Amino acid sequence: MSDELLSLSCRKLTELIRRGEVSSRKAVEAVFSSIEKTEPVVGAYLSTFIDESLERADEIDSKIAAGKKVGKLAGLPIAVKDNMCTTFGATTCGSKILENFHAPYNAAVIERLLAEDAVIVGKLNMDEFAMGSSTENSGLKKTVNPWDVNRVPGGSSGGSAAAVASGMCMAALGSDTGGSIRQPASFCGVVGLKPTYGRVSRYGLVAYGSSLDQIGPLTRDVADAGLMMNVIAGHDDNDSTSVNEKIAPVPDYLENIEKGIEGLTIGVAPQFHAGADVEVLSAIEDAIEVYKGLGAKVVEIDMPHIDYSVAAYYVIATAEASSNLARFDGVHYGHRTAKPEDYIEVYSKSRAEAFGTEVKRRIMLGTYALSSGYYDAYYLKALKVRSLIRSDFTGAFEKCDCIMTPVSPTTAFKIGENIDDPLKMYLSDIYTIGVNLAGIPGISIPCGFDGNDLPVGLQILTPAFTESKLLRIARMFESCTEFHKRRPQKV
Amino acid sequence: MSSVECKVVIGLEIHVQLLTKTKMFCGCALEFAGEPNSRVCPVCLGLPGSLPVMNRKAFELSVMAGLALNCKIANFTKWDRKSYYYPDLPKNYQISQYDLPFSEHGFIEIPVNSGDAKRIRITRAHLEEDAGKNVHTAGNFSQVDLNRAGTPLLEIVTEPDMNSGSEVRALAIELQRIVQYLGVSEASMQKGQMRFEPNVNLHIIKDGKEYKTPITEVKNLNSFRALEESVNYEHSRQLEEFLATGKTMEMGNKSTRGWDADRGVTVLQREKEEAHDYRYFPDPDLLPVKLTDEWIEDMRSKLCELPLQKQFRYVKEFKLSEYDAGVLTAERAVAELFEGAVEQGGEPKRVCNIISQAGLKLANEAGRSMAELNIDAEGVAAIAKMVEANEINAGAAGAILAEMTKTDKSAKAIAEELNLIQKSDASELEGLVDAVIAENPQAVDDVKSGGKKSKAARGFLMGKVMQKAKGQANPKIVSQILAKKFG
Repeated sequence: MSDELLSLSCRKLTELIRRGEVSSRKAVEAVFSSIEKTEPVVGAYLSTFIDESLERADEIDSKIAAGKKVGKLAGLPIAVKDNMCTTFGATTCGSKILENFHAPYNAAVIERLLAEDAVIVGKLNMDEFAMGSSTENSGLKKTVNPWDVNRVPGGSSGGSAAAVASGMCMAALGSDTGGSIRQPASFCGVVGLKPTYGRVSRYGLVAYGSSLDQIGPLTRDVADAGLMMNVIAGHDDNDSTSVNEKIAPVPDYLENIEKGIEGLTIGVAPQFHAGADVEVLSAIEDAIEVYKGLGAKVVEIDMPHIDYSVAAYYVIATAEASSNLARFDGVHYGHRTAKPEDYIEVYSKSRAEAFGTEVKRRIMLGTYALSSGYYDAYYLKALKVRSLIRSDFTGAFEKCDCIMTPVSPTTAFKIGENIDDPLKMYLSDIYTIGVNLAGIPGISIPCGFDGNDLPVGLQILTPAFTESKLLRIARMFESCTEFHKRRPQKV
Repeated sequence: MSSVECKVVIGLEIHVQLLTKTKMFCGCALEFAGEPNSRVCPVCLGLPGSLPVMNRKAFELSVMAGLALNCKIANFTKWDRKSYYYPDLPKNYQISQYDLPFSEHGFIEIPVNSGDAKRIRITRAHLEEDAGKNVHTAGNFSQVDLNRAGTPLLEIVTEPDMNSGSEVRALAIELQRIVQYLGVSEASMQKGQMRFEPNVNLHIIKDGKEYKTPITEVKNLNSFRALEESVNYEHSRQLEEFLATGKTMEMGNKSTRGWDADRGVTVLQREKEEAHDYRYFPDPDLLPVKLTDEWIEDMRSKLCELPLQKQFRYVKEFKLSEYDAGVLTAERAVAELFEGAVEQGGEPKRVCNIISQAGLKLANEAGRSMAELNIDAEGVAAIAKMVEANEINAGAAGAILAEMTKTDKSAKAIAEELNLIQKSDASELEGLVDAVIAENPQAVDDVKSGGKKSKAARGFLMGKVMQKAKGQANPKIVSQILAKKFG
């Protein structure tokens, strides 16, 4: 019974709950029994809230029993990446420095989930401060890929992708600064959507690269991503960078989701295929063939500056990070060194003791890039590259409705394989990073498997604030394929 | 013996706290003092995940100040992060404005000598958030109070155009008057709402060669007196140092000094300018601010006549003294009261006397500003007219004004109630004079006898008449009657 419940879509399950045919308690219990079984192997959660979740499920059930109106996510067990502030549990960002940090406020997205009667069952592992592509940089826990426990789940939202893939929650929120939703979604065979920058409030999301960070859903199918968007998208007065809804109205993302795009034109750029594994490329080509079969046309587009996206990204993101992470100083909250000699040591030792290697590396990179005398050569130059990449996309979208690319050059790699080679790790985000620099939306959907039975993800990109169209395009493929229905059997 | 000519050169940095209800980037209330860390929220605490949202009112006030300082207002301005580690700075960066401040290239006119104005160039004015406060009162550790963190500050930087302590003081006072006039800031020194940092050095000509002494920055002065005295102190200290060591700007480093008010000296804080790298970069959490010319003009229309212009106009138009004009324009409410009373027919000098003597005395006694005294222009004009018409004597104005602060009655009604209306009826007064003459034969003899005693006796009789009239006799008329009686 419980496995059956968990195999339902979010839409179906919340509908059954709303109709009183299944209780939210049952759904929450099913999720926790799955967690009990699977979590010891997968290690996706940093914290779970079983008592609070059951209590909340009962509240929702009694609201329904009393005939009261309930929200769009009524009774659904959902989990969130541990970089979103919650008044319940800790908000660690996968870092020792925040291991015991309890936020006094809820992130805007948390408030929205709760307002729509979701049950937040736990918080998910991640690369420390969302810096990484494998979740191996978590300072607190190891998460593995549910398809192969010797492989990484991707990152930085690795916990989110692994939990959704292995049925330990119905859906999850992740955050994406350079591919951190799409790449783990691809590695774990689930759907991951990075919305347009400014579509979802960042208030309460612990910042990594403020001009790139965006929260989005990881779900088991495309329409569930639409359902989640119906809850999290929209303006927030607390986030100056969240877009005015008069300028970019928020549609009902489910309304036309089954309606394909007629005369769809797909843009394909050679730059987006260079360096990818043969098996990955062949899965992408097959996927495009499927679209062709649905009447789509393929055009070649040119992205002349996309090759510089990794370089520009690692200047901009690290510069912002070096400033964003300055507040973790041992003075106001978080880890403080035991016996400082003076206040300078409060800073230097607290930070040295509690930040992991990758975080230190990026703080150093960013500090350097912003230093006087280097600013123009690095940060300013990177901003120029960023605007060139943005115009590459603008130009491309004049010729096509969407762009299709692999999400990552490879499928999930082995744990430890890239950890000592940061540059190689950085390159695993080569197809996703430009999207954050341009601020446009991107989705990863399951589109095949490699010889090791590991999922391959197809990345689809559309212009800013056209998530509705993006979801419809993704759904076209999903509705005539079965890849998204396969679940990992190894755990 | 060698000749030494010396000129002191001063530029000023001023921080002015804006008069908004809430902080610069969050909704926390802006009040003075209070329980430590009682007015804080995730944003001004710099908690992870929190984001700043610009206070529009603070921006409007700043632009008004920029316009009043004759600055060019930028159509595009942005926010930058200034990074440095300090416990009172919760994010370890301050949101400020770096290369594109909202205003630049202005000037302020300050009064120097009598009646002249000197123009001091304003380099720039920008907006930023204040830090909190480190408190060192508890044992072997420090504490941080973040109530002040996030307070909107206007930073104004002048060119080194001032050449004496008194000019620096005049600028500070003038700036205070301006921001108070515009409602941009309460600018209270006691509350630390205005803080000064002068940069001082000397240009010395010795044996026909020019030398410049190393620049000293005096930190964090919060009174006009400390400002003026520290500049004067630096003037003589630097001259002495130069004569003793010959150290010039090229050889010495810029230093930072603090003001010790008790000893009246500046104290060295930092000799070598630390290699500060603030790593400024645009704050990605805030949108740049774009201003249309229409909006800027709209702000300009909200400006009022500035205090120094008013002061000069009062001298010219109303023939008031420099001093009186200065007193009347010190506060906007006082100037408005004055102008209102004149408009309603009060004679300017008379109105000026009523306000600057009786009015300000009342305000001082009540420990309030004139604006809070329930005195209106109509009332002041009525009193002035009554004095002019000899209905009351000038001394009675104070009593009427004092009563006005307590009631809503008219000046006339109060004067009558307090029996302050003067008797000017000659026949009635003549009766009183006759009675006094009859009662005081000795004095009458003295007057008539002329000589030394005559003048004193006349005064004595005058006093007696006034006494009989209970102070309400018009002294002019009594004097005329007495003159008639004694020829």
